[in-house]
Amino acid sequence: MRQRVGLGTALAVVAFLTFFLGPFFWQVLTSLWPDGELTRPWPSHLTWDSYASVLWGRPFLRVVVNSLVVAALTTGFCLVVGSAAAFALAKLEFRGKGLLLSAALAVSMFPPIATVSPLYLILRAVGLRDSLVGLALPYATFAMPLTLWVLTSFFKQLPDELYRAARVDGCTPFQAFRRVLLPLAAPGLATTAILVFIFAWNEFLFALTFLTTPEKRTVPVAISLFASEYREPWGEIAAASVVATLPLVVLTVLFQRRIVSGLTAGAVKE
Amino acid sequence: MSGPVRGSLERERRQAYWLVAPAVVVLAGVALYPILAAVWLSLHRFILVFGERRFVGLGNYAYLLGDARFWAALGNTAYFTAVAVTVELLLAVPLALLLQKSFPGRGLLRASVLVPWAIPTVVSARLWAWMFNPDYGLINRLLLGRDINWLGAPGYALHAAILVDVWKTTPFVALLVLAGLQGIPEDLYKAARVDGASPWRIFRSITLPLLKPALLLAVLFRSLDAFRVFDAIYVLTEGGPANTTETLSIYAYKTLMRSGDFGYGSTLSVATFLCVVVLAAVWLRLLGREERAR
Repeated sequence: MRQRVGLGTALAVVAFLTFFLGPFFWQVLTSLWPDGELTRPWPSHLTWDSYASVLWGRPFLRVVVNSLVVAALTTGFCLVVGSAAAFALAKLEFRGKGLLLSAALAVSMFPPIATVSPLYLILRAVGLRDSLVGLALPYATFAMPLTLWVLTSFFKQLPDELYRAARVDGCTPFQAFRRVLLPLAAPGLATTAILVFIFAWNEFLFALTFLTTPEKRTVPVAISLFASEYREPWGEIAAASVVATLPLVVLTVLFQRRIVSGLTAGAVKE
Repeated sequence: MSGPVRGSLERERRQAYWLVAPAVVVLAGVALYPILAAVWLSLHRFILVFGERRFVGLGNYAYLLGDARFWAALGNTAYFTAVAVTVELLLAVPLALLLQKSFPGRGLLRASVLVPWAIPTVVSARLWAWMFNPDYGLINRLLLGRDINWLGAPGYALHAAILVDVWKTTPFVALLVLAGLQGIPEDLYKAARVDGASPWRIFRSITLPLLKPALLLAVLFRSLDAFRVFDAIYVLTEGGPANTTETLSIYAYKTLMRSGDFGYGSTLSVATFLCVVVLAAVWLRLLGREERAR
């Protein structure tokens, strides 16, 4: 039903847009602001200097690659392990199903700090403390509940007849999963991949705790430790922030519908 | 199930276990085991750098009960959670009602509200720290030359952190509320309009009661999330000034990683975990009562 846009609606839209986007635009403007002029009310001109010094003067690109690697590892791992489990949860009969889904939900409520001390000791003991692989493992755990909930709800939406038909045609349950249902769940996999990728890209506490060498840092850690001895390099911080955020903003705007359906499938259904 | 014969059901069950096994191992190995291990560590005096480790039973917990800094951190965390979640709900409901309306540019608004949600918390904390800058931050500029030291003054800093959390997570809450709104049958609204009910009356008598489960769910998710706040505060203030923004996670982190005190640090982590469990139990109970009432 199409309604007329009232003045109240228009004002509310403007207010919310300003509140949610304003700070981000201010950050973009800061990143283009000439370094010596930050004390002035308005920049005299815009410049790419801050980007140049962040990208070429610091090991920031290396850090971006680190984040890409960890996020990709986490996403791949979650999809492989999670899709098999989600298929079983949605289509097969077995005992302990409800228990597994509740356990996953419980894990998603764990405060990460509660697992930090043992994980630190374990990763140190097996020599994975300062490594991106060692980081992807706990990430996968904390992203697994989301993966299971979103993918299970996607597999449930696929008609049971498809699975039965595949079985009658002589597929084992696993073959039915891999050959018939998995390809059809592609949109669900994409949604999950985006959500897990964003989670892993943004994670901070574990990365701060488990990575010690500067060259191994991820983007959030690098940005949090961005300081110089004399003053905060606000322009460079802003430029690094924009570089760290832009891929996510593009991803979010492009896949807005998917993200919303994934978030609400994981949270609201059942 | 028709088709498949008897033995195949058994086989199906066995395959199901194989399919879920890796996920179970991952969840147990990297979440459940560490929690239990943290409980075990919390019963020790354990300073990492000295390699000192001995069993002290509940000694750390006895110390915890008398630790004023722990109680202050618990208070800060509870205050942060309560205020942030309340403000987020108060903003999210109108935002969700707005997103449900159809108007030109709604798609754009929907996509834009997700931007703060997608930005890494560390980045949003940095971005706000710059806006809070006492000398030339945007906020004091907009306040026309007031020089409030947002992050440096006790009383202001925790509220500044709350604002950052509100900015970042209101969109998520609004989406949960929106999903709840879409579950309310259109007929109810039509009938109410035919009866001549005012928009406010419709909101109060139809929307709000039917939205209650969705709201409770949002409160559950958000309060558990807010209670473990770390990133935003660590970047904004590291718990300062004068520990007025120190939350449980920050205190536990400092004890573990800066003091290297793994025994007491684990005790603080376990205490945080227990608080979250209690909080979850309370909300789930309320949610369960709501489900039964329907």
